[in-house]
Amino acid sequence: MSGDNNSFVRTEMISERIPPAADRGLVKWVRENLFSSAFNTIMTFVSLWFIYSLVVAAAPWFLNGIWDAETVRECYDLLDGKSGACFAVLNERFPQLIYGFKYPSSEYWRPNLASVLLLVALAPILFRKLPRRLLAFSAVYPFLAFWLIWGGSILTSVSAFLGCVIAIGCYSRFSSRSFAIAVLIGLIAANVWWIIGGYIVDLNDSVLALKDVPSRDLGGFMLNLLLGTIAVCLSIPLGIALALGRQSDMPIIKWICVFFIEFIRGVPLITLLFVANVILAFFFPPGTSLDLILRVLIMMTFFNAAYIAEVVRGGLAALSKGQYEAADSIGLDYTQSMRFIILPQALKISIPGIVNVSVGMLKDTTLVSIISMFDLVGMIRGPILSSTDWNGVYWELFGAAAAIFFVICFSVSKYSQWLERQLETDRR
Amino acid sequence: MNTSELARRDKFQFSMLLNDKRYRSYTFQFFALFILICAMAYLGKNLLENLAAAGLNISYSFLGEPSGYDINQRLIEYNSQSTHLRASIVGVLNTLLVAFLGCIAATFFGVTAGILRLSNNWIVAKLMMIYVEIFRNVPVLIWILIIHSVFLAFLPQPKAFRGENPEATMLWDAFAFTGRGFYIPKPVFNDGSLLVIITFILSIVGVFAFRYYARQKLYSEGKLLETRWTSVAIFFIPTILIYFALGNPITLEYPELKGFNFKGGIHARGSLISLWFALSIYTGAFIAEVVRAGIQSVDKGQSEAAGALGMRPNFIMNLVILPQALRVIVPPLISFYLNITKNSSLALAVGYMDITGTLGGITLNQTGRAIEAVLLLMLFYLVISLSISAIMNVYNRSIMLKER
Repeated sequence: MSGDNNSFVRTEMISERIPPAADRGLVKWVRENLFSSAFNTIMTFVSLWFIYSLVVAAAPWFLNGIWDAETVRECYDLLDGKSGACFAVLNERFPQLIYGFKYPSSEYWRPNLASVLLLVALAPILFRKLPRRLLAFSAVYPFLAFWLIWGGSILTSVSAFLGCVIAIGCYSRFSSRSFAIAVLIGLIAANVWWIIGGYIVDLNDSVLALKDVPSRDLGGFMLNLLLGTIAVCLSIPLGIALALGRQSDMPIIKWICVFFIEFIRGVPLITLLFVANVILAFFFPPGTSLDLILRVLIMMTFFNAAYIAEVVRGGLAALSKGQYEAADSIGLDYTQSMRFIILPQALKISIPGIVNVSVGMLKDTTLVSIISMFDLVGMIRGPILSSTDWNGVYWELFGAAAAIFFVICFSVSKYSQWLERQLETDRR
Repeated sequence: MNTSELARRDKFQFSMLLNDKRYRSYTFQFFALFILICAMAYLGKNLLENLAAAGLNISYSFLGEPSGYDINQRLIEYNSQSTHLRASIVGVLNTLLVAFLGCIAATFFGVTAGILRLSNNWIVAKLMMIYVEIFRNVPVLIWILIIHSVFLAFLPQPKAFRGENPEATMLWDAFAFTGRGFYIPKPVFNDGSLLVIITFILSIVGVFAFRYYARQKLYSEGKLLETRWTSVAIFFIPTILIYFALGNPITLEYPELKGFNFKGGIHARGSLISLWFALSIYTGAFIAEVVRAGIQSVDKGQSEAAGALGMRPNFIMNLVILPQALRVIVPPLISFYLNITKNSSLALAVGYMDITGTLGGITLNQTGRAIEAVLLLMLFYLVISLSISAIMNVYNRSIMLKER
């Protein structure tokens, strides 16, 4: 039969034709995304004009920037009336911006090394794919960093570290019997060791000794990073404890936690810093003098812990009641059910919130400049801007400070979004 | 298990304090309270000893003494002979002023940026994203300082307004934006102005009453009254009539250039303006994210369903989308308002005399009454925070999803 030949149905597909010029490629994209309606067209032009005027104003300022000058007057002479930035101040005052103006310049390698090692110590905590053995270094890091930044004999750090090891050892030896007893024994053992270790350290205070740097000599961005990191690390366990306390069905414990959290969250950080600056010393035994940095750290830890407690409470509340009941029904006691069932899930939910709060804490460390500590902002407002050499160079300095904070905070928040996605996929 | 055994088990034994779930919580609470009381007593003892050693006592009598310092931005009468208490009240009012203005402006910035970030115009959406990210990731203190120096550097000084061909001109001869602050007209209340104000308030009440009446009419009789123009008429006409009938009792005092500076009008200092702007544009970036999340949280099916019922677009927006989006937006929005109030304590950095600058700053330094001043300061912020969160709880309960 020849039916195949006069079929009404096409036997082969004709190849696709390309869409009309206005409906493909760049043209389509521009039409859809920039000029889809009259209003959008106006908005596009307004935005373009805004970007244009910003670039026109800022480009010469950046391009004519002077990177090499001794004083602001030399800078203006070099610019010769043109608009231009005086980046030379960043060059000349770089060590002051980063380390403060009192940290001995021969010892700059120590904070540098400490901050590089900080990244190494953080890596296994931040990325779960890295080998778990690296966590051992993260555990050692705080003691190492203390030795590097404050100096003194390494024995101080070693002894403190051994005390912690002993405490954890005692705890895990007795934890099968009772959580509370194990914690108590661990604490006692550690304190006994620290008393003994204190004598040993006092006897040999020159072993591997670095030059002593007192706390008041710390400054610059190093101080921001230091305050932020320590306050965040200390406040996470405290915040979790407060959140659990607030959820507790023991009224006295609950109300202590509620009072603490609501009090701290109700007042601005600056008033807590005033407390650290002028009041806290009154509450210590007469004759003791605590470092201002330590006092500020105490208040910042409290501050951050109250906010973290609220985030964790949100996470605890988000778990379904069945989880608590299931943990009870298989006979776990309170600590076990919290450790194995509740907290792993609740903390996973609260990670983005904790990261947000912690980024906020790092940003808020700039407030210490108001109680005349010389952090990055304090250095800029104090010694640098008030010096005759660099009087009036606001933009470059504050711009640089903003850029430093932006880079760090932005990458941390991107990391938290990435982590959120990671945790989401393995739940499915 | 016989009865005697049961009875023995129920009899109280000392070990039950730790091992029996019924009594254990009492033991824990007792210890917690004990430790708390010990800690308080220890801290209190230290405090008393330290105070005695420094020859200090706790006394609030300094509040009644003359302050001896001046405050240039103030809402009520104050001079250097006034008491510290009055200085604190000036500070409180200044804090509330900048917080109030900041909340309004931050809502404006935030809602605009949040909506524009969802725009289908690529370049606008990207610009708003850049705005949000830049402002969220840099400390607010740095923004306050940057914006303060921007205003100082870019706005003209009052002397630029002088001469035949001034470099700068006033807006409508009424507003002057200078590096020293903004000068705006000041209303002067003459005789009879009270009547105008009362009429104005009454007409606002009247508008709401009329709208309520119209709604009742719609629901009970199905009769749709014209509300828009009637509301406008009720709002404006009585006030304007009374105003002209009484012969313009409220007039405006315009700022004028006298010598090297402006005289008259309201002078909002540069510190107030830059703090206000910095706080609101910083918090606006956070609010933008909340607004975006709120709008995106409303399911697309909701607006489609409303459309399928035959509702008009503005009804869909007002009656379907906004109520659901607001449920997500309002609680964080209020906590951002609280943040503005607390962050306004950074006024210290630009020299705006809010409560932290007066009571926690100069008064504290002059009298040396650190404990008293800081306690009062904390109390003030606590009262504001707790009352706002109380209001928020009431609101949250009223909009909570009624689940059955």
